[in-house]
Amino acid sequence: MPDAAADSLKTTPLEALHVSLGAKMVPFAGYNMPVQYPLGVLKEHLHTREQAGLFDVSHMGQGTLVGADVDAALETLVPGDIKGLKPGQIRYTLLLNENGGIIDDLMVTRVSDDTLYLVVNAACKDGDFAHIASKLKGRVTLTRHEDAALLALQGPTAAKVLAKFIPAAANMGFMSSRIDSFEDVPVRLFRSGYTGEDGYEISIPNAAATTVANALLAEPGVQAIGLGARDSLRLEAGLCLYGSDIDTTTTPSEAALNWVIGARRRAEGGFPGAAKIQGEIKNGAGKKRVGIKPLGKAPARGHTEIQDGQGNRIGEITSGGFGPSFNGPVAMGYVDSKFAKVGTPLALIVRGQPLPAEVAALPFVPHRYFK
Amino acid sequence: MSETRFTKDHEWIKIEGKIGTVGITQFAQSQLGDIVFVEVPAAGKAVKSGGEAAVVESVKAASEVYSPVSGTVKEGNAALPDAPETVNQDPEGAGWFFKIEMSDAKELEGLMDKAAYDKYLAELA
Repeated sequence: MPDAAADSLKTTPLEALHVSLGAKMVPFAGYNMPVQYPLGVLKEHLHTREQAGLFDVSHMGQGTLVGADVDAALETLVPGDIKGLKPGQIRYTLLLNENGGIIDDLMVTRVSDDTLYLVVNAACKDGDFAHIASKLKGRVTLTRHEDAALLALQGPTAAKVLAKFIPAAANMGFMSSRIDSFEDVPVRLFRSGYTGEDGYEISIPNAAATTVANALLAEPGVQAIGLGARDSLRLEAGLCLYGSDIDTTTTPSEAALNWVIGARRRAEGGFPGAAKIQGEIKNGAGKKRVGIKPLGKAPARGHTEIQDGQGNRIGEITSGGFGPSFNGPVAMGYVDSKFAKVGTPLALIVRGQPLPAEVAALPFVPHRYFK
Repeated sequence: MSETRFTKDHEWIKIEGKIGTVGITQFAQSQLGDIVFVEVPAAGKAVKSGGEAAVVESVKAASEVYSPVSGTVKEGNAALPDAPETVNQDPEGAGWFFKIEMSDAKELEGLMDKAAYDKYLAELA
C-alpha cells in the first residue's frame, strides 16, 4: 500500500524479497523494513533460538576508516582498546561525547594496520560518520559503503548452514571477521550478532544481496526474521538498543558497559568524557542499567515508572515486553544505584497500578556464542 | 435470538436480551499478532461506552479493549489470562473478554452490523 509517507522511505536491496515473502513492512530509522513475516514475531523468535534466522540489517551504516595511525585516531572518540585489535578481530565500542554520553554503539573490526571497518546503527549513521569525519579530519579517510547490504544469520544451526557455502566460516572465532566468497560473490563475514546466539553478519554488494539471501533461505531450517523478533531476542540477551537503553544522556558506567573499557584505556583516558567516566568507574554512577523481571504476567513497556516499596520514583524502564524463550515478561531500565542489586524488589507502575518486580541478572536467556 | 454488532475499534458485542458478550474481531487479532497477555474486568465493574474495559498485549505492544456499550460487567472470561493465545485462535468465540449488562439499549444503534463492519474493513484495506 504505497502512500506519501512510504514513498519518502528508503529501501534496502531486499525490499522486493520481503514483500514476496509476505512481510508486514513498517517505517524504521527512515527505511521501509519487515517487522514480521507470516510466521509471526513469537514463532520467529523461537525459531531463531532453535534453528537459524535470517535478518536484513542493510539499513545499518558500514564504512571503512583508513589512516597511518587510524587506531590511535579512533581511540580519541571511543573508550575501547582499538590499538590492541589484531587483524580480523572485532570489538564492540561506543562513540562518546564530551560529557561521556553515548552518541552511538558500534562494531569496529581491524582489517589491517591502517584500516578499520565500522558498523553503526541505522538511525545514527549520518551523524556518526559526519562526527568521525569532522573530528578526525586530516588523520583518516572515511569511505561509506552504501553499495553494501548486511545480512545476519543467527541461531544454533547458522554455522552449519553457512559452512555449506563458505567452509572457513565454521572455524571463525567469536568476534572475528574475514573476507571470503559466497559462491562467486565477495563477502565480508563477521562472527557476531544481536540475538545472544551464535551467528554471522555478512556484508555483501547490494547487487548480490537477494541472490545470497535466497540461497540461505533455501537451506533447511532457515527462516526470514523481522525486526519484531530481533528486538525481543536482543532484549532477552540483555543487549542495549540505542535510542532506548542508551543515548547521549547515559554514560558507559550508568549503562553497565564498563566492560567495554579495557585496563589501558581506564588508566590512560584520552577519550571524550574520560575524567567523568574514570570517576564513575572508581566511585560508581548515580544510576545503573539493570535487568528487571516483572513477577506477574503483565509486560511493562518502555517509559514505565519504577518505584521503591514506599512509592518513591527511583527510575524508568527503557525496554520491556514479553520474552518468548523466557516465557514471561522481561525488561531493562535504569534505577538509582542503591536499588541495583539483583533481587531488589521494585514496583512498576502499569496502567496506574504498582506491579511487583525485581532486579534480575542479565541476560534473561544465556548467551550461546561460539567458543 | 441474538445479534452481533461491531465498533470502529474492532470490538464485537453479541447481544442476548440485556446481556452483551464482548470480544475483539478476527481483524483485530490478526493486526495484533501473537497475544501474550490479557487482563479482563472483574464482575461488578461499571464501564462506559467507549471506555477502557480490558487489556490485550502482543509481543510488541499493549492495547486497550473498549466497551461497545455502557453497563455493569457480569463476568470476565476467567480462562483468558492463563491462555491468552485463545484470542488469536478463536477471537469471536472462546476468546471473548467479558459479559456486560447493558444500561442503555439505544447505544446499540450507534454500532455497525456485520455488513456495515465488513464494508468498513474493506475501506481500511
